[in-house]
Formats: sequence, structure tokens, C-alpha cells
Amino acid sequence: MDLSSINPLVLLASIMVASTPIMLAAIGELVVEKAGVLNLGVEGMMITGAVCGFVVAVETGSPTLGFAGAALGGAVLALLFALLTQFLLANQTATGLALTLFGLGLSSLIGQNYVGIKAPPIATIRLPVLSDIPVIGPIAFRHDLMVYVSIALVGAVWAVLKYTRFGLILRAVGENHDAAHALGYKVVPIRVAAIVFGGACAGLGGAYISLIRVPQWTQGMTAGAGWIALAIVVFASWRAWRVLLGAYLFGGVTVLQLNLQAAGVNIPVVYLSMLPYLVTILVLVIMSANRSRTALGAPGALGRTFHASQ
Amino acid sequence: MRGALLAVDGITKAYPGVIANDHVSFSVAPGEVHALLGENGAGKSTLVKMIYGLVRPDAGAMQWNGAPYAPASPHVARQTGVAMVFQHFSLFEALNVAENVALGMENPPAMRELAGRIRTVSERYGLPLDPNRLVGELSAGERQRVEIIRCLLQEPRLLIMDEPTSVLTPQEVEILFETLKKLSTEGTAILYISHKLEEIRTLCDEATILRQGKVVGTCEPARKSARDLAEMMVGQALNIPTRQTGEPGEVVLEITGLSLASENPFGTALTDVNLTVRAGEVIGIGGVAGNGQDELLGALSGELPGVPTAIRLKGQDIGHLGPGQRRALGLLAAPEERLGHAAAPDMSLTENAALTGTVRERLADRGFMNWRRARSFAEAIIADFDVRTPGPENAARALSGGNLQKFVIGREVLQRPEVLVVNQPTWGVDASAAADIRQALLDLAHKGTAVVCISQDLDELMEISDRFAALNEGRLSAPRPTKGLSVEEIGLMMGGAHGLEAAHVPA
Repeated sequence: MDLSSINPLVLLASIMVASTPIMLAAIGELVVEKAGVLNLGVEGMMITGAVCGFVVAVETGSPTLGFAGAALGGAVLALLFALLTQFLLANQTATGLALTLFGLGLSSLIGQNYVGIKAPPIATIRLPVLSDIPVIGPIAFRHDLMVYVSIALVGAVWAVLKYTRFGLILRAVGENHDAAHALGYKVVPIRVAAIVFGGACAGLGGAYISLIRVPQWTQGMTAGAGWIALAIVVFASWRAWRVLLGAYLFGGVTVLQLNLQAAGVNIPVVYLSMLPYLVTILVLVIMSANRSRTALGAPGALGRTFHASQ
Repeated sequence: MRGALLAVDGITKAYPGVIANDHVSFSVAPGEVHALLGENGAGKSTLVKMIYGLVRPDAGAMQWNGAPYAPASPHVARQTGVAMVFQHFSLFEALNVAENVALGMENPPAMRELAGRIRTVSERYGLPLDPNRLVGELSAGERQRVEIIRCLLQEPRLLIMDEPTSVLTPQEVEILFETLKKLSTEGTAILYISHKLEEIRTLCDEATILRQGKVVGTCEPARKSARDLAEMMVGQALNIPTRQTGEPGEVVLEITGLSLASENPFGTALTDVNLTVRAGEVIGIGGVAGNGQDELLGALSGELPGVPTAIRLKGQDIGHLGPGQRRALGLLAAPEERLGHAAAPDMSLTENAALTGTVRERLADRGFMNWRRARSFAEAIIADFDVRTPGPENAARALSGGNLQKFVIGREVLQRPEVLVVNQPTWGVDASAAADIRQALLDLAHKGTAVVCISQDLDELMEISDRFAALNEGRLSAPRPTKGLSVEEIGLMMGGAHGLEAAHVPA
């Protein structure tokens, strides 16, 4: 075992890369849950985004179009969820689980001729001054655009939820849909918009894995990232900036276990691979130990079906 | 007579299986306080929802200042000058006061400016409020203030109030009435829905009485007695529950130093609750909703077990026992929420009867249900309590509120409890069903059961209880004999107006 083979700069830089997919998916899911909808299909939307993004990028040669295709793919799948839960009033938990299974199957089908191909390369951005700062430059300012987009997205979600009227209405719908309806707000359209946004974000997160992080297509390549994104939303107590913190924490654990494996730490690989999920469970248990505080953060109408009777 | 601000002409609205409003007509003048009177299900709420643009009428027309008025949504109604305070609060607990107010306004100003205006208006009307507090932390009276302020900030010409006083202490009601009178002198018309007749007699200029969706009469409430109004509402003479007085027996239930944290983040913890209940007496526990009623019921029923010695039944420590064990010993409870707590909505009446009756009625044998016995138990409840339903195989959800409530209470009463705890036994139940339920509780007490009745309906508690105590912020006042207790004293026991004074209205 040789811990000195781990370069702290590279480690920290790769944490930012590893965290981006789950951060994108989690910030989307945060908006969905703030609107009072529990979409457990994040994993399915991510993997669909991953394959859509990969196929579009390979066919067009443009990673940008790939990301657009990924967002579209995730959004279309989310729209299916919206149709089932908001109009046909299906149970959100069951529909979300089905969406994950469906997305995994659909992505395998779409991607079967794309296994083993390499994705078109994506340039990292070198900012004139910032990238050359010692220590901080290599860690924070030598990444691809999506890393910064994801952070900007967290900031945008935070600002919209906190400062805009639309954000207030969205939170109101998620807190008490009956009251929002009584005041004349359109609960279902607002929720559908949130669900589609969440799907697009999950799609982007998936494409980040297939286009940048790996970058190629393999079946089931999101490997539970969608579930971790769901856990991060709870960990973040439904607050945008804590999503960033949570994503970096979980991303950090993932990267750390890879590095420990590479450094030949004397622990069987299976235990190290378990680490991110064990940490997820541990954090959720600690978070929910104080039940009332968790409940305080959770949107009041989370997971409840709305029907405008009378 | 001044010209009408709002005229409703021949409004009709039908839902599948029920006509909620059948050619309803009435009008309200500026500055008039107009009452809509009627029992639950008479169609009052549907009517005002149409005025507020939440529901579209099937037929009929409305006029606003002589011009046709057909609001397509609450936004249109608010722009016209209609504001509404809802029966069930339309508030968002996890948002603060200013955010809640902003959601009810068409064009809210920036948050900081809005907070200032909330302070100004709330002080002007004697309803102080801190714009930055979370609504979930407010008392029921304060929550209603939020709703009223939300309406006042829009300077409405017509203010609709749907049963506004059901959650207020008598002192808070007084403050509310001062505010409404001040508004009325400023020219705002008020449409006031209630089934509290004395309130309507003191506050309202005109009343329209609805029964089964039809207008059955109009009157000047101040010139009628409460009993006349009640009989116009119900359409028949009322039975008033009668009681036979008996000497209270020995102490059966002792609560000493009961403290309990709430499971709900916005709930109220119980603090040092003490009470002794004797066989054959009815203890009434009053208090504004959210002051620990649900927690007290949970503590007594066994849903929230605690320290063994805090609750003793006939000298035996039972504070740590669960609901089933307490049932076996004779302590039964009927919680407030009919659908979902007292009854499982999608299960049949037989199954619901078995859910609490299995222990005492021996409906199970070595782990196997005896459905024949369960069914006959359900049938007995239906027969004894005049539950209107085609049969015990019907789902609980299919029963009307009053009928299901009779079933839920009857189910416990027929199990011959030693102690029966009920929470809001007649909430949302029509007057005749309510009278039946109260009579059943009195009869039960006469047979020697100790009855603890938690309720927010003070008239009900005065009618049936021997002793009265009030819950205020999780503390229970010392019980006092009901006879001779004045409304003011009760109000003070309930915590008064939470340290507020009525608006000093300059004439």
C-alpha cells in the first residue's frame, strides 16, 4: 500500500468531476420535490440521458448537441412520469420505480450498437489567469464547461426559489396543494414543469457520465448515481447550496475509494466499492434520527396526489 | 336601500348525485354584513366558492355593481374586489407570514415593502403580526389574522368569511368582530358564513338561510331568537340532549404529571398534565385547536406511550401500554379525524368494526378472524346508532360525515368502556346527528362510564360536561364545575386572546 501515490491536487480536481453528474441530477430532483412530487425515477432518467447524449454526440460529432439531446431525452421520460402521476393520478412511488426499470431497459435498447465507441472529445476550459493560480488553478479552474454550468445551475435554482414569485408559488404548491389551488394557482401545470425540469437535469447528469467522465457507453453505466442523487436531496434538507455540499461529499467518497483501490490499500475491493453507498445509508440514518427536523425541511405535500375535487 | 354591490340570481350547481345549490338568489349592499346560514352540506361553501371564482355555476348569473360578473378564476375575483378567508386555512406552514400574504395577492410589492405594509395594516386593525415568523409556529388565532390581513391588504369591497370563528377563543372572536365592524363602517360588504347563531345575531344585518341547496328564508337575525334560526336551518324542531344526574363514582382514571413531546414538528408538547376522572362523569376539555388536543388523545389512547405511572386506570399503571392493551383493560378512544385515523376509509364497516372491537368483542379466535361475529357487531352499531347505510359491507368512505361519526362513536360505546376518550365527537356533523351523539355520551356516563370529551365546540362542552378544563399550549387548567361558568371565565382558561387587546376603533 502506497498512499503517497495519491496526488492531492488530482484527487480534489477529480472530485469536482465525479460530483457533477449527481449534483445535476440532485438539483433537478430538488426542484421536483419542492413542487411536492417524489420522482424516484432519477436513475432511469439519468441512464436515458446518458445514452441519448452519447448517441447524439457520436452521430453529430458535437458534444454540445449531445448534452441538448440528453436533456431532451430525460425530459421526455419525465413527461411520461408527469402524465401518469399528474393526469392519471398514479401512485408516485410505484411510477418512479417503474420509470427507473423502464429507463434502464430503454437505454440498453437504444445503445446496443454504440457499445465500445469513444465519445467525441470535449475541450477543458483554460481561463487566462485563474487556471494558472498555483494549487487552486489545477483543482478548480481546469475543467470542462459542464462543471461550471452545474454550479451555476445550483445558484440559479437557489435564487429562483428564494427571490422570485415563481419560486414562491412553486414552494407553495409543494407545501400545501389544496391551499394553492384555493388561491387560484394551477397546481398540475406547475408540477409538470418542475418534473420536466428535473428530468432534463437528470439527463444532463447522465450525459456527463457517458460523454466526459467515462467517456463511452456501457449498459447500466450510471450504476446507482440516481439513487445517490435522491439521497443527497434529503441530506441537503431540500436546500440548494447544501446539494452542492452533499454532491461533493458523496463525489469525494467515490473518488477516494477509487484512489485507495489504485493505491493498493489492504482492504478487499468490494468493501471499498461499497463505501459510497454505506456512507449514503449512514448519512440518511443520521439525518432521520431527528425526525422532526427532517420533517420540517420536507415539503408538506411531498408525494401526495393532487386532485381538484370540487 | 342602497344599490346592491353583489347580486346573485338563480345560481345552480350540481355535483354527481347532489345538487349543491338550487336557484339561489340574494344580494349584498356595500357596508352590509350578510350572513349565510345553514347546516353542513347546505351548500354555503359551494356558493361562496362560485363568488370567488373557484367553481363555475351550471346556471344563473351574478352581478357586481349592476354589471355582469362571472369570475373565471380567483385571480379575476380578487381583481374585482372580492377577498375570502377560508374555512380550512389556506396557509402554508413552512412559509413565513409575508410569503403567505404575497401568495394571496395579485400584485404583491417587494418583500421588504410588503413586510412594512403588513405591520402597518395589522396594527391599524388591532391584529399585530410579525411578517417574518413561520406560519407553522403561529396559534390558530394568529393564523387567521394572517388570512384576514392578506385580504385587507387588497382593500376588498366584498370580504367573504367561511366559518371564521370555529378556532378562536371568545376573546379572539371579540377582536375579530371589532375588526369586521370597522370594515363595515368603511363600506366593505361582508359575507359571513357560520352556524354559530349567537354570533350571527350580534354581528349580521341580514341573513339568508340555506337548506339542502335552496334558500328557505331570509330574516334580520337580531329580531329572531337563536332557536328560531336553528329550526329554520334544520327545518324541524330540535331535540336537546337530556341528562339524568347521578352521583359520580370512584376515581377510575388518574393522570399525574403527564409530559409528552409531540411527533409533529408543528405540534404542541404536553406539559405536566394532571386530571382525575370519576366513574359516571363527563369531563369536557376545551381549548383552541393545536394546543395539545391530538397529543392528549394520543397519550390517553396509547398511541403515544410514555411513563408507566403518568396514567393510571383503576390504580393500575398503564402509561406505557399500547392501544390494544389499554382496550383490553377498558380504556377506549375515538380520535378526531374520521377518515384515516378513526376509520380506514377504503375498508368496509365490518372490517372497521373489527379493527377496534376485536379485543373486547372477541372477534378473533387463535389468530383467525370470526367475520360472522364482526359483521353482527357492525350491524348492532348500525342499528343502535341509526347509521344510514345500505349495510355493513359498505366502505367507510361512502358514508356521510355525520353517519360515519355516529358509527365511529357507536363502535366504542357498544364495547362497554370503563373510560371513553373522544376528540371532536361532533365535528362537521349536522345538528340532529350531533344531538344523537351527545345523547349517547350522556347515556354512557349515566351507566357509569367515565367520559373525557375533548372538543373545540364550547356550546357542546357546556351542554354535556360536569366539569370543564382547558388546554392551552399543552398545559391543562384545573377542572372546574361547568355549572355557573361564564363565557369570560372559559375564555381566560383557554388563554384569553393571547395577550392582545381589541382594536380601539376611533368612532
